[in-house]
Amino acid sequence: MTHRPAVPHDAAPLHVSGAARYVDDIPTPTGTLHLAFGTSPVACGILNGMSLEKVRASDGVVAVLEACDLPFDADCSPSNHDEPLLAKDRVHYVGQPVFLVVATSHHLARHAARQADFDITEHPAILTIGQALAADSRFEDGPRVYQRGDAGSSLKHATHTVHGTLHMGGQEHFYLEGQAALALPSEDGDMLVHSSTQHPTEIQHKVAHALGKPMNAVRVETRRMGGGFGGKESQGNALAIACAIAARQTGKPCKMRYDRDDDMIITGKRHDFRIEYRCGFDTAGRISALDVVHYTRCGWAQDLSLPVADRAMLHADNAYFLPNVRIESHRLKTNMQSATAFRGFGGPQGVLGMERIIDHIAHHLCMDPLSVRKNNYYATPEQGAQTTPYGQVVEDSIIADLTDTLVSTSEYVKRRTAVVDWNAQNEVIKRGIALTPVKFGISFTLTHLNQAGALVHVYQDGSIHLNHGGTEMGQGLFQKVAQVAALRFGVPLDMIKITATDTAKVPNTSATAASSGSDLNGMAVKVACDTIRDRIAAHLADLHNCPVRDVQFANGIVTLPEHQLSFAKAAQSAYEARISLSATGFYKTPDIQWDRIKGHGRPFFYFAYGAAITEVAIDTLTGENRILRTDILHDAGASLNPALDIGQIEGGYVQGAGWLTTEELVWDDAGNLRTHAPSTYKIPACSDRPDIFNVALWDGENKADTIYKSKAVGEPPFMLGLSAFFALSDAVAACGPAYPDLNAPATAEHVLAAIKRARNV
Amino acid sequence: MKLTVNGTDHEVDVEEDMPLLWVLRDALGYTGVKYGCGVAQCGACTVHIDGEAVKSCQISAMDVESPVTTIEGLGTPDALHSVQEAWIEHQVAQCGYCQSGQIMAAAAFLAVTPNPSDGDIDEAMSSNLCRCGTYPRIRAAVKTAATKLNGA
Repeated sequence: MTHRPAVPHDAAPLHVSGAARYVDDIPTPTGTLHLAFGTSPVACGILNGMSLEKVRASDGVVAVLEACDLPFDADCSPSNHDEPLLAKDRVHYVGQPVFLVVATSHHLARHAARQADFDITEHPAILTIGQALAADSRFEDGPRVYQRGDAGSSLKHATHTVHGTLHMGGQEHFYLEGQAALALPSEDGDMLVHSSTQHPTEIQHKVAHALGKPMNAVRVETRRMGGGFGGKESQGNALAIACAIAARQTGKPCKMRYDRDDDMIITGKRHDFRIEYRCGFDTAGRISALDVVHYTRCGWAQDLSLPVADRAMLHADNAYFLPNVRIESHRLKTNMQSATAFRGFGGPQGVLGMERIIDHIAHHLCMDPLSVRKNNYYATPEQGAQTTPYGQVVEDSIIADLTDTLVSTSEYVKRRTAVVDWNAQNEVIKRGIALTPVKFGISFTLTHLNQAGALVHVYQDGSIHLNHGGTEMGQGLFQKVAQVAALRFGVPLDMIKITATDTAKVPNTSATAASSGSDLNGMAVKVACDTIRDRIAAHLADLHNCPVRDVQFANGIVTLPEHQLSFAKAAQSAYEARISLSATGFYKTPDIQWDRIKGHGRPFFYFAYGAAITEVAIDTLTGENRILRTDILHDAGASLNPALDIGQIEGGYVQGAGWLTTEELVWDDAGNLRTHAPSTYKIPACSDRPDIFNVALWDGENKADTIYKSKAVGEPPFMLGLSAFFALSDAVAACGPAYPDLNAPATAEHVLAAIKRARNV
Repeated sequence: MKLTVNGTDHEVDVEEDMPLLWVLRDALGYTGVKYGCGVAQCGACTVHIDGEAVKSCQISAMDVESPVTTIEGLGTPDALHSVQEAWIEHQVAQCGYCQSGQIMAAAAFLAVTPNPSDGDIDEAMSSNLCRCGTYPRIRAAVKTAATKLNGA
């Protein structure tokens, strides 16, 4: 198919030669100043005052700003206006920015920021779920509840029941490029901001607000990020605002980037969850009733916690039909970093809860968990489509077929027998194998965000300039969108210039998030390209007296019944005939509507599916563990670019498995994050990826009318990593008769504790 | 102090304990070398000193006595090193930020281990972190690069 080339990432030659520029690589004018935050040393208290004399006297310091020095209301929140740039009166977590140092170098700014003396009256911090519940410290007035049927009475009548609790940790984004921004003051108080952000429009909005200016006074440009993963959806706001305010105050360009430990201490992470469940089922493991309660620590500010917790509820079913279900969600306010977006946006937490329940049912019934999964899968449309707990009809379920294919290609049945045999013969090293499915809803649940714009210019030499609202963070969005443009104009890719995301070119954009980048922006670009193409076609048809429909664009050539000319000549001809060769495009996702309070509607345009099988080994003496082999089959619809999509799947799996195995965040009793560097926080390394790693794309089109029938691919594969966790649970279960109750992350310590539980010791 | 980078001699006026990374990036403009963690745990800042892979964030510039090679000196977009070519062929990079460090680590490794096993590759590359999780392709690209270098 012509739209499925495996063309490499557009920046590949730049990436491998060090020539791809990130924010901190942009050449800056002489005299550029550098910023650092002074941060709160306590988790909760009254800020009586600060002594900043030593800060001001420190080498290279040009200015020091406190909250009272800010000319306008500087707020960083993406949602609730509850994140002042600098703390005033109260401090809410260890690491909260309290004052801002402007200095001649990054090093001197950071050094000065450590010289403050704080006068803070400490209050007891709310750190744990228990403390938050006891204090009724939460966002929203009470828990959200989505339900269908009658879970309570169905539980009473169920043949079998299990109940339990799962603790799962959060996750540090650990984008290799830390947060960074650069503000360049222009005339009349206008500001140009370069920001490593997934959401340039929000940076523009928040900076304008903090400068007391309308949005048209601020331009934000983002060429690329060195990783985002959700961590740059809102967490870059503070740096951009700080730079703009300092640039306004000093008249000099101002740059700010966080060192790694500052980044980890200041910015939010994935939400951790405690999930409590009671589930009723029959002898085949078919679920009749489920009552599940989510508790999540949201940190000190609301940020994106409500939609994250909503999405966890919306994925509490994962791929399974739940006839009677009640889902309760508590969004708890704690004195910690404000938890934020992270690939999957609550979905992985909801899915992990459901998969834990399936695993527990299988153990209770002594069944292969795969059989329990298959017995509960959503029906295919041919079998009669079923609805989710929130009332959306699952019109596109392929999970059963996809699972069967993967089971066959991975030789699951044979390998499961081999694992059982191995475990019967080996006392110290135990093996485990598990298949987990993914069904992930695609669309922003805040319906109005499902829109995108594009701006396309065709120059008179036929070269094409492409801009859209999406940002590039490594997912290859720019290349996919350029492929769409190349296809619409029938020209080779090298005629398309991909340019930085710029709020002055495409306004009012949504964050590049929710995996929606190519779905939304690809469609907007298609609309813009078609507008220009149709104008050129109409012009040539008129010139050569033929029907418009007979003008064809392919292979860089425009063909009419009796003429043929290059695309460049066609553009030249249109220009000379005074035809506009510039157009905007706009797209909004159809058919979606959602009431998040009632918990009912169609929040998602479609679902993306996938499944993974992972085999692991554990050392029962130490709890150490390894992934031996992983097989994945994932649904990207009719993939726009298989090489890029498979890269997302491989990377998503590795990141998801990391979340559930080695990545452990630890706060001490005073609320200090103790894991704030790669020396104490372990993300997967080269040696941690599966030794055998087979990844394939499901062969099928999206049933929904998306760009070339492709599917979103950014977030769904993250949840394939769950198969590693349940393979570990399977291996632990081989150690003894009791259910292991494995908690996440399954570090060596947690695996060892689970082995003891399994052995009832 | 004097510093030779990518074959060019530089006289730089910086504090003696300034890490090589910042001399390269801020004083000399070799921005292909990246800051990742500052504690030599992520590998984004990997350069060659006398052909050996070194994490430039944890070595003072004054301690550098041999020539330094950065990613800019390994190859250019128009004249790529075999490792860089292999990286493009396997479409390794996603966000790209860690990749200059990965490539420098791989190039130094292959110079002394021309026929690496999977285990050798894992061991050599495990101190260079990639959050996009491009590890399967890194291993494949290192193998392809080894073949290219052996054939050259």
